[in-house]
Formats: sequence, structure tokens, C-alpha cells
Amino acid sequence: MADFLITTLELPAWLAWSITAMVAAVLILNVIAGGALAFIWAERKIAGRIQDRLGPTRTGGKFGWLQSLADGIKLLAKEDLMPDGADGMLFRIAPYVSFCASFCAFIAFPFAFDFIGQRLNVGVFFVIAVLGLEVFGVILAGYASASKWSLFGAMREAAQVVSYEVPLGMCVVVPVMLAGSMDLVTIAEKQGGWFTSWFLFHDPFTFVVFWIYVTCAIASVNRAPFDLAEAESELVAGFHTEYSGLRWSYFFMAEYGSMFLVSALAAILFMGGWNGPVPVASILGLSEGTSDTANYFVRLLGMVNLLGKATLGVLVMMWIRWTLPRLRIDQVMATCLKYCTPLAAAMFLGAMLWQIALPGGLVPGLRRPAAEIREGWLPGPGGAAQSVGEDAGTVVKVAA
Amino acid sequence: MMPYVATALFAAPLPLAFINWHSFFFFLFAAVACGFAVAVVAADNVVRMAFYLVLSLGATAGLFFLAGAEFVGAMQLMIYVGGTLVLLVFGVMLTAQAPFVSIKGSGRDRVVAGVVGVVLLAVLLQAALSVTAWKQPAAGIVAEPAATPIGMALVGVRVDEPGVGAPAQNVRPGYVLPFEIVSIHLLVVLVGAAYLARAKRRKTPRAIEVAASVEPPASVAEHAAIGRDRSRGASVLSGGR
Repeated sequence: MADFLITTLELPAWLAWSITAMVAAVLILNVIAGGALAFIWAERKIAGRIQDRLGPTRTGGKFGWLQSLADGIKLLAKEDLMPDGADGMLFRIAPYVSFCASFCAFIAFPFAFDFIGQRLNVGVFFVIAVLGLEVFGVILAGYASASKWSLFGAMREAAQVVSYEVPLGMCVVVPVMLAGSMDLVTIAEKQGGWFTSWFLFHDPFTFVVFWIYVTCAIASVNRAPFDLAEAESELVAGFHTEYSGLRWSYFFMAEYGSMFLVSALAAILFMGGWNGPVPVASILGLSEGTSDTANYFVRLLGMVNLLGKATLGVLVMMWIRWTLPRLRIDQVMATCLKYCTPLAAAMFLGAMLWQIALPGGLVPGLRRPAAEIREGWLPGPGGAAQSVGEDAGTVVKVAA
Repeated sequence: MMPYVATALFAAPLPLAFINWHSFFFFLFAAVACGFAVAVVAADNVVRMAFYLVLSLGATAGLFFLAGAEFVGAMQLMIYVGGTLVLLVFGVMLTAQAPFVSIKGSGRDRVVAGVVGVVLLAVLLQAALSVTAWKQPAAGIVAEPAATPIGMALVGVRVDEPGVGAPAQNVRPGYVLPFEIVSIHLLVVLVGAAYLARAKRRKTPRAIEVAASVEPPASVAEHAAIGRDRSRGASVLSGGR
């Protein structure tokens, strides 16, 4: 886009880049904020239906679809309270820390082949690392509130998130291993074609890894049945007991942003990213590179695909939340350390051995993109290491 | 039409156009990193210190990203900010006696710390400025950094240097040895930590000891006797978790 602004509109480079950055930032912000509005409404409707009641019905006419907006206005108008004993600076800044972490993770997140804020070749790693920072806002909030409920909530959250990062990281390594890259765009590209080339169906081990990832993702974004940090039956509201108004809603925007992010990450890592179950675009004869319009259309279709999968993931999370009871803290820890971590490690080994034993897969005719890349890695007799440079863009060139 | 409008609008020499934005962001991140590093020293509340340290380390990660070292930057965020500091704050919250822990160094401590800091800074500055290669911008090097060569080198294949480390040709396989040494070291540390931190179980739970030494009230004795005698109950409790 910056290139377009520079070449076609002849804008100076600094302005072109600023405009590009602003557009990306505003779009990402709207994914989080707009998404939160829609998801909060959906959550209330789903919670209502699951618990045999109606949920919001009146605001905005049918289905209460304006309910979130009304809530937003109410939150804006609320008084911004702070407890007397609180550490003022940390108390005020904590919601922004959470929100920033959730927002920053989207910077490196691709919504379609070229719809990405900044393409990083360690995209997965960056997203996981930044998402882990969200917990810091929660801990600061719990600590600075000078309230025992908040402190307990924050301590639970810290213990839980730090523990669940381990199996989550192991689950993420499996698709990275299959794709041979930490670049989210490359990982999604490797799963193009029919849904059989999704990493979810790559081998039985990745199928299990996906479900471990789902468990750990729900725990790491602190949703029921792992919402120990809030636990309203014991801790009032946990870490955000003392918050009100807009600061409180920042925590929720961060939570819904992270939910959406881990769902979208699951879609990219395991469910083909922007490649739909059926390659509609290529059946219609629209493939990348035929023309600019076709490119744009394909990418738009891909984005709809990815957003659809991510939304589905979020809805499943809501379904789980309103179905399962909350776990105790020792159960949460046991789930992580005794089940998820060893299982993820075993599945990682299994997926690796499967690659060695059956590089072509069980059914010979199916496309195995993962195997194709890795052939270029090992420097063979013909000095084949060059193909690595072409494939992953790795070689450090020293210009003359 | 549009190009001419744009040219007309921005033909005037705007001061913004002449800023080197790379340098601008470098100085911005560097200032944030240094400023909050000083704030860490100046603050007297441990959690505030940790928060300033988060900002300082985050800005350092920003510097890495700016230099194109995305892997190192993400590593910085993951290990220092996401791991170490969360654990630090967690530890403070677990061990704090008062609601807001305050650490105030005495004046003498500050003087000593200041002298040590200034001396270290002087040594580092002198060392950094004495390298001639760092004085001009490194324009000649076009790097396309990626994590793949690092990862492959860690498992013993130097893809960045063709011919080096191919299994049959060379016996110096990448960074396998240092990687394994570090892994074993960390494993030993983990086992040691688990050994030190594990709960030291007594042979008999305290409740049983108390019940054995003090004559229990009638109701308690009745309660304990339901279904099993005392010795069996004790063995079940000490044998279980």
C-alpha cells in the first residue's frame, strides 16, 4: 500500500508510510473493539439460550442487537473509582497494559495472504510472546487494587498463565515443525487446497495436539472453566473487583481480543488459515496472480474464511464457558502439569516420528506440502542448501 | 489529477520529511529504555520497579525489532518480560509482608551504587567507541534474518554455510554441543529446584499425632472410630497423598 501511495499518488515516503501504518492500526483496533461489541452481545444471547432464558431482547428492536452499544454508553458515563489504599499509577495504567498486549499481538497477525500489519518471519513466536504479556496487566491490577480479592485473583492468574504457556508452546511447535517456518503466512500457505491438507488432519498426533491447544488456549486467555482469576463465587470479581467504567471495559476488550486471537491462531496453525475447506477460488479459476482484482477478491474471500473460523472458535469457547463448571485451582494445575504437558510432549515426538516413518502420508495421492519443503533443508550431495535460502529467505547476503 | 494535487500539497519543504525515521525510532526506543532503567533504580516500590523494568525491556525489544532481529526481539519479550518479570512480581506478591513493599536504600548505598554504575558505563562506552567498525553505519550488509538457520544449526546442520556440518563430511555439527550442555545444565537446575521446593512430608500427619498424644473428646474419638480402627486410619493417611 505504501508503494502504491508513493508511486501512483507521488506522496513523499514518510507520509505514505505513516498513512499505511495508521490504516493498519485503525483496522486492527476495530477488529478488537468492534469484535468485542459483537461478541459480548453474542455471549449474552448464547448464555441466555444455554441457560433457558432469553438474553437481551429489546434494545435496538429485535434480538437486542444494540445492547452492547447501550452498555458501552453506560460504561462511559460511569464514575471512575479508585480505592483509597490503591497504588494510583499502577491502578490506572494496568488496563492499558492488558489492552496494549492484546492489540500488539495483532500487528504480526495475517488476516489473508497480504492483509497483515507487519509480516515477521517469527510470527508465531511473536504472537505467543506478546500475548503472554497480557497477564502483566492483570497482575498489576490485582496488586495495585490493595484488595485481598484482587490479589488472590491476580496470583491465581499468574500461576495459571505461566504454567499453561509451557504446553501451549509445545502445541504450537508441532505445526511450525510441519510447515518448516515460524512465519504465520507460510504456515497457512502450506495448508492450501482441500481440507485434507490442513494440519489438523495431517496425522493422528496433530489431531490430538489441536485439542490440547484448545484446552491451553482457553486457559491462557482466562476463560471458564479456567476463569479462576475472576471466580465470582469466591472472589467477587477477582482482579477487577475494584474497577469500574471504562477501565473495567478495557480488561474486557483485551479478553475478547485475546479470545479472538487464539481462535484465529488455531485457525492458521491447524485449520488452514484463509484456505477454506473447499478451494472455491481456484475452482472458479481465480488464483493468485491472474490479475490485481482477482488477487484482491481471493484475499478478501480468504479473510472472510479466516474470520469465520476464528468467530466459530470464539463461539465454541462461549459454549464451553456456559456448559462446564469452574475447576478448582489444584484441578487447573493438575490439568496443565499432569495431562497437557506430557501429552503435548508425547504428541510432539509422535508427529516427528510420523514424519520420518511416513513422509508421504497414509494415502499416497494426497498432497503433502510439509514433506516437500523439508527436502531442501539437508545439504545433500549436490549442495542443495541453496533451496533453503529461496524457500525461507534465510541467507545473509553481504553486498559488495 | 491526484498526483499533481499531492505534489502541490507536499512540494513545500516540510520539516517532517527530512527526519530520518529510522534514527527517530531508534532514539525514541533508546530514550524509553534508558529512562525507565533509571526509573527502576530511583523507584522504591518493588512492583513499580518491575513495571518500569517491563517498559525498559520492552523498549529494548523494540530496538531489536528495529534492527531486524525479530527472533531476538520476540525472545526478549518472551523470556524477560513474559517470564522472568511475571515470576518476579509473583514472588513479591507471595512473600510480601506489607501491602506495598518499599525498599529504600541508604545514602551510602546510593553513592556506592552510583560509583560502580558510572565506572561500568565508562568502561563500556570506552570499549564501544574504540571499535572502528561500529563508527560508520553498516550500510554494506543486507541481512535477511530468519530463525531457520539458527534452529538448523542448533540441531547440527549449518544451512547458512553450505558444506559445513554435513553429516558425513565434517565432525563439527553446528551448535549441538553448546545446546546440549545448556540443556543438561537447565535440566539439573530444574531437578534441583523441584527437590528443594518439594513439600517435606512427615511420616504421620500432625492431626494423628495430636490425636494420639491428647486424650480426644468423646465425640472426636467416636468419629475417628467409625468404620475402622485408629492404626488403619493412620496408615491410610500417611500412605496416601
